[in-house]
Amino acid sequence: MATDKNLFKGFSRREWLKILGGIPIFGAVWTAGFRSNEKALSERNLLLETLNIKASAPPASGPMTGEPLRVGLIGFGIRGEQLMRSLGFASTEWIDDMAKSAAENPDDKRLAEFQAQESLNVKLTAICDIFDVRAKKALKSFNTKENPCKRYKTHLELFNSGEVDAVIIATPDHWHAPMAIAAIEAGLHVYVEKPMTHTIQETYDLREACRKNPDIKFAVGHQHRQTQSFLTAQDAIAKNTLGHVSLVVTATNRNDDNGAWQYDIHPDASTETIDWDAFLGTAPQIPFNAEHFFRWRKWWAYGSGLSGDLLTHDYDRINCVLKMGIPKYITGSGGVYTHRDGRNVPDVMQINMDFPEFSTGTSQTPGKEKGMTLVYSATLGNQFDRGTILMGHDASMELGNMVTIYADPRSTKYKDLIKENRVDPSVPIYQYDPSANGVDAVTSATAKYFANKGLLWTYRDGKRVDSTFLHLREWMSCIRNGGNPSCGITEGFEEAITAHMGGLSYKIGRRIEWDAENEQIIALPGENLDEILLNNDDVFIS
Amino acid sequence: MDQTSRFTSLQTGSLVLLRLLIGWHFLYEGVIKLYSPSWTAKGYLLSASFMESFFRWMASDAIIPIIDTLNIGALLLVGFSLIIGFKTNWASIIGIGLLLLYYLAHPPFPGYPQGPSEGSYWLVNKNLIEAAALFVIYLFPTQYAFGLAKLFAKQKTVLTNPIN
Repeated sequence: MATDKNLFKGFSRREWLKILGGIPIFGAVWTAGFRSNEKALSERNLLLETLNIKASAPPASGPMTGEPLRVGLIGFGIRGEQLMRSLGFASTEWIDDMAKSAAENPDDKRLAEFQAQESLNVKLTAICDIFDVRAKKALKSFNTKENPCKRYKTHLELFNSGEVDAVIIATPDHWHAPMAIAAIEAGLHVYVEKPMTHTIQETYDLREACRKNPDIKFAVGHQHRQTQSFLTAQDAIAKNTLGHVSLVVTATNRNDDNGAWQYDIHPDASTETIDWDAFLGTAPQIPFNAEHFFRWRKWWAYGSGLSGDLLTHDYDRINCVLKMGIPKYITGSGGVYTHRDGRNVPDVMQINMDFPEFSTGTSQTPGKEKGMTLVYSATLGNQFDRGTILMGHDASMELGNMVTIYADPRSTKYKDLIKENRVDPSVPIYQYDPSANGVDAVTSATAKYFANKGLLWTYRDGKRVDSTFLHLREWMSCIRNGGNPSCGITEGFEEAITAHMGGLSYKIGRRIEWDAENEQIIALPGENLDEILLNNDDVFIS
Repeated sequence: MDQTSRFTSLQTGSLVLLRLLIGWHFLYEGVIKLYSPSWTAKGYLLSASFMESFFRWMASDAIIPIIDTLNIGALLLVGFSLIIGFKTNWASIIGIGLLLLYYLAHPPFPGYPQGPSEGSYWLVNKNLIEAAALFVIYLFPTQYAFGLAKLFAKQKTVLTNPIN
């Protein structure tokens, strides 16, 4: 007590001011910070309430319990290997490579992520690959005591073996439909890589096969449908956030040999190791050509170039969000410009898809709500990321792993909010980041910088999950628990017809029209569209 | 240091002002982060361009909640201490530590990516300057001239400190 008395004794008023002067400053700064945050939060919440967009992840597919599903694979090439890893089967070579890579670089988590992947309760019982080296590689890794796996010389032997319940088809495009139809008719569930078909006729035939066998679960490999942001984008469209969307632009940009389908040619490739006739199938009968076998994507005879290989992904992404279906008109252009190496599919391609009757709703006077063009623009000679943008009268949406929406300065819907300075057209009015705890209306430049670099992603339940795994899991859940895959025959039909219209327009140099009522691509008298699509002779080099 | 020479009140006042301004900056940053529920240093740490493995460890899922809490706590504490004028020596050291961590995660070294920034820097940036200013605050404690510390150590300061 005595000390305390001494402590407070002898201070003048001026000295007290010096002792306690910091307290009001402290209070002022704290209050200012608190109020500033409160104001930003309430403005943001008001905007989010106004927009009322539901941010949600796609529902998880059902349990993988019960008897193991017996799966067969056709085509253990680059994509086949990726699909097998998503299914839970990695080759011993890949595991060794990844272990080495992880030892050298602790940040390389590919092996750890593969090992942490959920089991799909699958037995890989059958493999068919017409290149001995790949088939042997698959057997060496997958044929074990716990997982007996057999090689079949032909896909038909595999389908009729009685050893499989479901098949995954990862072959060149010209084999997709013939194999899928045969598998469906053999009573097997089918997962086929994109594009779903190689010709127009096959597209109808495959749909017919699915219709005749309604119990078969059929899925097309557009794994991006599992992207979390897409449901949010769908809801934003449903709430008419963008107003009348008149233009969608999407793009493919690649600038390396792998991206241009210049895959390695295996040194052991020969007529001794490859069943060349089985590869050709219905394709033009030419002598053995190792480049055609390994780089088949470069020729219309087996692949379908940018329109089938990559446009299909972008088209399906937009179709998943807008559900606009097959375009009424398609106009295409391009050529073989960057890779003049004997290929005949274009490496630069622009496809305009027109939907004159399509509407996403409007905020304007009636009469301004219809019509949309989707521009797909691709080059294999530059990899600048152009993103995907949906452009509406009221707002623009950047669609990727994140969904970002900007109000349009001339918007009708947000006119008042812009006038009151509560919405700034240069700052997003809505942003969905699947990794963040919530949604944000306003994101700082810094946060955007990090997000765009892909650094802020966490994935489902905090785990990085690859979308192919989720897509396969969804298909398997439909087989086990019922339901329909998100990219089934209807979506596949729309994707395939659109891709073929794109290819045709490029080849014919004419606007191609879809007759929706009769479900036909309109041909001129005497024109055989499939013949034109498959024609291997025309190469457009300027 | 010459114990006999005394600072003019303007010299002392300017040091107090520097201390208050830095305290203000720390406190405001701390309060804003405290009331922003979704704020995290994760992005800043993950994108570190120097001592990457250390900063990535800090950003890992298990550690980041602790780092975020510590960061906010330290910002508030340093801000409080510098403004109120109590234990400013400790506050200066903690503040310098924080600032050097911010500096090292994205240092303006030649050849390193600059990252998000509103200005142009070479070796020296505002984090480094603020750290240096805090070192001055550490060497010239003004809490006995202006601050709560004056209350507890009146006699001592007169005898040992040229600043009062």
